[in-house]
Amino acid sequence: MDPTDAAIAIAVADLKKSYGDVEAVRGISFSVRRGTTTALLGGNGAGKTTTLSMLLGVLTPSAGRVTVLGAAMPAERHRVLPRLNFTSPYVDLPKRLTVRENLAVFADLYGVRNVAARIDALAADCDLGALLKRPYGSLSAGQRTRVSLAKAVINEPEVLLLDEPTASLDPDIGDRMRTYLEHYQRRTGCTMLLASHHMGEVERMCDDVIMLRAGRVVDQGSPQALLARYGRANLEEVFLDIARGRAGEPVPGSAAEEIASL
Amino acid sequence: MMNGAPAIALDTGAVASLRRIRAVLRRHAYLILKSWTRIVSMMYYPTVTMVVWAFVTLYLAPTNNFLKDAPGFFIGAVLLWDVLFRGQLGVSLTFIEELYARNLGNLFVSPLTLPEYIVGQIAMSVLRALIGVGGACIFAWILFRYSIFSLGFPLLAFFANLLVFGWAIGLAMSGMIMRLGLGAEELAWAAIFIVAPISGVYYPIAVLPGWMQAIAWALPSAHVFEGMRGALLHGVFLWSEFWLAAALNVVYVALGASAFAWSVHYAREHGTLLQMGE
Repeated sequence: MDPTDAAIAIAVADLKKSYGDVEAVRGISFSVRRGTTTALLGGNGAGKTTTLSMLLGVLTPSAGRVTVLGAAMPAERHRVLPRLNFTSPYVDLPKRLTVRENLAVFADLYGVRNVAARIDALAADCDLGALLKRPYGSLSAGQRTRVSLAKAVINEPEVLLLDEPTASLDPDIGDRMRTYLEHYQRRTGCTMLLASHHMGEVERMCDDVIMLRAGRVVDQGSPQALLARYGRANLEEVFLDIARGRAGEPVPGSAAEEIASL
Repeated sequence: MMNGAPAIALDTGAVASLRRIRAVLRRHAYLILKSWTRIVSMMYYPTVTMVVWAFVTLYLAPTNNFLKDAPGFFIGAVLLWDVLFRGQLGVSLTFIEELYARNLGNLFVSPLTLPEYIVGQIAMSVLRALIGVGGACIFAWILFRYSIFSLGFPLLAFFANLLVFGWAIGLAMSGMIMRLGLGAEELAWAAIFIVAPISGVYYPIAVLPGWMQAIAWALPSAHVFEGMRGALLHGVFLWSEFWLAAALNVVYVALGASAFAWSVHYAREHGTLLQMGE
């Protein structure tokens, strides 16, 4: 894995993060090709959010190397942050500001020119037209998610990190959001890394899946390859095999045997 | 974008940096300028305190030579003290508002740098001081025909030094809240009062015990209020006090900014930047 390879958007090598005696991430390595969508899967505490935080440069690794669009994180983060963006359930937007004001602030933060035109375009894309004058705090959960998504693409990022982007959304809004992200990726060629507990979302959107358990990468591959390797009908069953460390009825020589020994 | 360049145009360099500072200012200005309750609350405390001291002056002035010579002494002291208070609060509250909103993660994942964020905090502090103290100054003129602007150039010098000292304390408080969490929020409101007794706002430093005087002279605020007394009572501008305050401010701002920067570094190490909030 060569982090200077132009075809690689994200390169992670032997990445570790410890908090005192607790090892949250234990030497993981993976890469994400440009223009693809990759899922980080794992149970609670598997290390997904910790990994995303290190990719975003808001968490300093204990060891290892992270490279995003050729920039070493977190040391060179300011070179690449204008080309990144993210959504996370751990952050929110100022509630007393209107939707338009919030988007205008983030347009300034990312240096977006023609702010009014950009906000109007996002309002059309994310169906926010009727919400622009309303305080963000007065919106429903689904409406807030759409605003957060508009904020996440305001700079038309080349790399988009999505931490549980459709958590707590009803199926209709969740589907609209996934459709928007798919459309956005087709239009821009954006690279997406997605942490999710929604297996249907992963099967629909992702080219590759990285399975984490207890801070380690325990398997990776395309959704189809994982289904074949574990002999399962859907990713939810694969996820349960990995999360519970059970072999199930593994295909001979499969990853499930190795996982069970962890 | 497919070739590695965004399809939409983004500013870069100094223009982008100025826009990021404007974003911090804009985010908080939106909040303040459209809320008359916030504006009134900013003017309320300095105005009420000014009115109290103005009536104390009216009561004592007929029998007190000191106040006969300088009838605006207490009002001027109150207004200048509030410059220091607003300066500190402006910086601290700008930071605390981000924790209330759980917006800190958004800011630190954006291209905004820490120096840019600090400049934004400082700009907000100036705006808050102008609103809060400006309102009290208007009431001082309407109610008592006292204009602090009669101090002339010394007023600007005092104003600037007190504001800068307020920034230093505000940055240190921001760092402490970043380190300890919102549980330490009360300290942001109360911190400034620890320097009140030794700043000589209403009395000369000479009345303090010797050991307290030694501490007082290490504060820019003590030099400013000595300078204020020189201007009000003797009509002279004490350049030595001005320069001492300015030199001390350089040290305090460097210490305050370093404390804040260290706390951000600590938060990056311990993974609290994304999670911080109510």
